[in-house]
Amino acid sequence: MAGSNYLWLIPFFPLLSATLLMVTAGQLPKKIIGFLGAGSIALSALCVALQAQHFLASGEIMQVTLWTWMSVANFAPGIAFYIDGLSIVMMSVITGVGFLIHLYSLEFMDDDSSYSRYFAYMNLFVAAMLLLVMADNLLLLYLGWEGVGVCSYLLVGFWYRDPANGKAARKAFVVTRVGDAAMALGLFLLFTELGSLDIQTLLLAADSKWQSGDLIPTIATALLLGGAVGKSAQLPLHTWLPDAMAGPTPVSALIHAATMVTAGVYLIARHYSLFLLAPITLEAVAWIGLATLLIAAFTALAQQDIKRILAYSTISQIGYMFLALGVGAFSAGIFHLMTHAFFKALLFLAAGAVIHCLHHEHNIFKMGGLRTRLPIVFWSFLIGSAALAALPFTSGFYSKDPILLSAWAMPNIGSYLWAGGLLGALLTAIYSFRLVFVVFFGEAKTLPNKQPGWKMSLPLALLCLLSIIGGWFVLPLDHVFPAYSHGEINHSVEIISIATPLIGLAIAYGLFLGKQLSISGFTQSTLGKALQSFCFSGWRFDALYQLLWVCPYQVLAQLWRNEPIDYLYRGIVSLMQWSNEQLSKLQSGELRWYATSMVFGLVILVLIMLRSLS
Amino acid sequence: MSLALLLGILLAGGLVAWLSERWHKDLPRWLSLVTIGLALLQLVSSLNVLAPDSFTLVPDGRDASSWLIHYQLAWIPRFGISFELAMDGLSLLLVLLTLLLGLVAVASSWTEIDFKPGFFQANLLWTLAGVCGVFLALDLLLFFLFWEVMLIPMYLLIAIWGHENKAYAAMKFFIFTQVSGLLMLLSIITLAWQGYVHNGYYSFSYFDLLALPLDSTLAYCLMLGFFIAFVVKLPAFPVHTWLPDAHTQAPTAGSVLLAGILLKTGAYGLMRFSIPLFPEASMQFAHIAMSLGAAGVIYGAVLAFAQSDFKRLVAYSSVSHMGFVLLGLYAWNSLAMQGAVMQMLAHGVSTAALFMMAGALQQRLHTRNMFKMGGLWYYMPRMGACALFFAVASLGLPGLGNFVAEFLILVGLFAVSPVMTAIATLGLITAAVYSLWMMQQTFQGKTQLATKTTASLQDFGGREMFTMAAMMLALLWLGLYPQPVLDLAQPVIDSLQALVTISPQIAEASL
Repeated sequence: MAGSNYLWLIPFFPLLSATLLMVTAGQLPKKIIGFLGAGSIALSALCVALQAQHFLASGEIMQVTLWTWMSVANFAPGIAFYIDGLSIVMMSVITGVGFLIHLYSLEFMDDDSSYSRYFAYMNLFVAAMLLLVMADNLLLLYLGWEGVGVCSYLLVGFWYRDPANGKAARKAFVVTRVGDAAMALGLFLLFTELGSLDIQTLLLAADSKWQSGDLIPTIATALLLGGAVGKSAQLPLHTWLPDAMAGPTPVSALIHAATMVTAGVYLIARHYSLFLLAPITLEAVAWIGLATLLIAAFTALAQQDIKRILAYSTISQIGYMFLALGVGAFSAGIFHLMTHAFFKALLFLAAGAVIHCLHHEHNIFKMGGLRTRLPIVFWSFLIGSAALAALPFTSGFYSKDPILLSAWAMPNIGSYLWAGGLLGALLTAIYSFRLVFVVFFGEAKTLPNKQPGWKMSLPLALLCLLSIIGGWFVLPLDHVFPAYSHGEINHSVEIISIATPLIGLAIAYGLFLGKQLSISGFTQSTLGKALQSFCFSGWRFDALYQLLWVCPYQVLAQLWRNEPIDYLYRGIVSLMQWSNEQLSKLQSGELRWYATSMVFGLVILVLIMLRSLS
Repeated sequence: MSLALLLGILLAGGLVAWLSERWHKDLPRWLSLVTIGLALLQLVSSLNVLAPDSFTLVPDGRDASSWLIHYQLAWIPRFGISFELAMDGLSLLLVLLTLLLGLVAVASSWTEIDFKPGFFQANLLWTLAGVCGVFLALDLLLFFLFWEVMLIPMYLLIAIWGHENKAYAAMKFFIFTQVSGLLMLLSIITLAWQGYVHNGYYSFSYFDLLALPLDSTLAYCLMLGFFIAFVVKLPAFPVHTWLPDAHTQAPTAGSVLLAGILLKTGAYGLMRFSIPLFPEASMQFAHIAMSLGAAGVIYGAVLAFAQSDFKRLVAYSSVSHMGFVLLGLYAWNSLAMQGAVMQMLAHGVSTAALFMMAGALQQRLHTRNMFKMGGLWYYMPRMGACALFFAVASLGLPGLGNFVAEFLILVGLFAVSPVMTAIATLGLITAAVYSLWMMQQTFQGKTQLATKTTASLQDFGGREMFTMAAMMLALLWLGLYPQPVLDLAQPVIDSLQALVTISPQIAEASL
């Protein structure tokens, strides 16, 4: 069952199941819905495992064209797959983590009346995401790209009867669409210049046609970067992700933590050789990553909603991936993508368990003391947070440390990037352990009314395991990316990089558990309050965009609402009616008036005749 | 002969349907279905006799005998006017679309029409006949005749069976089309006269009038005459203002026909007549036409977002989508033109479905105001799912026909004008804004309806679901395997390009 001939099975199972669930529209018994929903992902994961084993054994890149999508002139993209080490890693994460989240959903969504619709959307999402990473050309990638966007829209707005959810869903779709439009322009530019959208052909052609630093690859990569920042919620298009938490929690785990939001990272990594031709864009990637990771980390510190903290933390961690890509450490970026998928999915699922068992409570300050009451969840959260904070020997440590060291090794700007990344790491440790200490220690404010069952606990346990051992995985990326080595690094730099998260942990302990430290004096001051509310609002980006884009568009729509153009035509109509009125006055029915006008007419006629005679 | 028979079936079917209402009021709609079915059968059987490879051969644009089917009968020989019909891949696709959407139109008005159902079906069939005639006529005067034939029954459909403000809307529709049609008639006559000056005999045949050596100013004026008639029908910014009124007031079947196929006659006219008859003038004019297209894409999308009336929203979205067609046609390369043809088909299907949705909503709720709806998914999930499908089709989701169309147009246009492409690409964002807004206001959120209304809401039944499912499959097919359509259109596009060898870029450079 391995080899390129069976590749189509991988997206087919979830697609088939999604179709069945949609067509039957909730008429199936619940057991069968669950069986289809989670079973299809299990089958898909099994196929991926077989393919991965085959790939690791043979090392052969698999290519297959199912059919030619469309063929016009020299434009002939196919429904075709290209599977190398990078795709294998992505597919394993999508189906592996995806299966665990589906399994968890069986219990989490158990009492929801739209059980079937939920699994239909989730399966469709997995299918689209698989197409995105398996595509051999940019058009099919774009299909997956938009497909996951629509599924994200549907799942964020899953509980559609609350208008706030609909608003969050639309915001998520429209903001990412801004990036997608840029990406589409990038596709047009690449095709027009290189004559192909097949990724491998295109990369080869670009290498032979352009020199490093040329204008066109710089523009093209900048446009692709536009798509990447939209999908991966990086500055300046990151504002949709915190609101996207309106969806069910497993959705946040799958789409808004583990898979879809990392699509931008995948896009850049997939086209790394093109980005190498555009050093300016690549440096921009690093700076965007750094700025995003810091802003999001500061914002996460001020949040109170358990899911929003995790959402900002996701934005921040993807910032690290961008930083890695920007300094040329592509493998490190993908490695962090994988470990992040493990520990962030774990954290979201654990958070979901807390919410599930705690009467849908989201505010962390209304929780507390859950350590003894929800032990499985506590241990999950502890392990997840440790990995997120990159404490030594967790998977997060093994993936974040190389990023920081690679940043340091960057000529000229390296020390700034490193220092910024380090500050981010400190903040990460503080906010993640703030979460642990506030939610699981101290006195209980709300008591859980149920315990997670095995369908929720098993995925948590497995993700715990992955979050610990994930750091020792060896990814088959050697043949995908150029060999990278950050060279000899000063030992003190290494030691500082390792020690920083521990300092963050200590600060969090002092602030939120041991209470040895106190910043209440600062937070009560005017400046402190202003800063806190500034961070709480996510640096006022939403207000800014409201002012810059949303309001002007609404005003414009209201101004044009009644068709300014039509006034012209209505003017012509009015002119006609007016002349009609004036002329009809001539027909008054008065004999005297008729006689006078007849005489006048005759006189004028006679005068004309006389003139023409003479 | 077979093409004349096709038109004859539709015209006669209309007459029979009209008369049949005396016997039973349900008879006309069945006869209507049978008539369209017969016409389809006639079309298929006349294509069956052709050699299979004739569909892939590139026809000679100047030689009627190289087309798939050609039929000519002298009509007014003194002025060289004949009953000349011809079909190539392009007209075949559009006639097929016309007949299939005709079936949809009948299905969508199945229970809607109580008043004079026979005359209603007659007008519907005559509109179809007029549109088919427009797609098939290759004698310019005959073309003009069909142009009028499709107008009058459509006018009656709006004026008799329309909604509250029908008289105004029908009159506006009529006057816009009629005035612009008059300009076209003037251009046709002048062109035929120029043909007489040059050839020494009168002829209104398309094939005789191609490649006339015209004075460039005269050519420019004549081109404008055709152009205006066609863009009013398309409709393009800024002559689109009849469309929202006509759509809003028309009965469901009228809107389906109007959006699905009548608009396509404008695009077809540009592609078949306006550009090939006046290649140089058209290509000099291309940047203006493309600007109008790009303006329409944005303007239509912004106005769609501003509407509270479901049908008006869909109408403005048509203005936006047809802007893409104008862009694609004047880019005049294979990619963009294929995209334009694709857009005609995909937009025909997706918009027809949305208008059918609007009709179904109005029938159930007695309002088109979206602010009075909301939360309908809960009561009518099947309808909600259908609306969602066509909303995402309309915003250009890959995998559906509209995406293939817009992508091909934009990728072709980029080679000609990156700036226009960038502006039109903004349409991808604005389309998302209005489509999702429409979903939110109708099917999501809290319902604004009274409990009495919601209690009696009926979800889509078998007939409606069948029609919707057929259109969904069509869009999926166009989106995932459009090759059969592209293969049918490609020879025609090649032959049209052979007629117009100048590209808009070269034309601009020579200005």
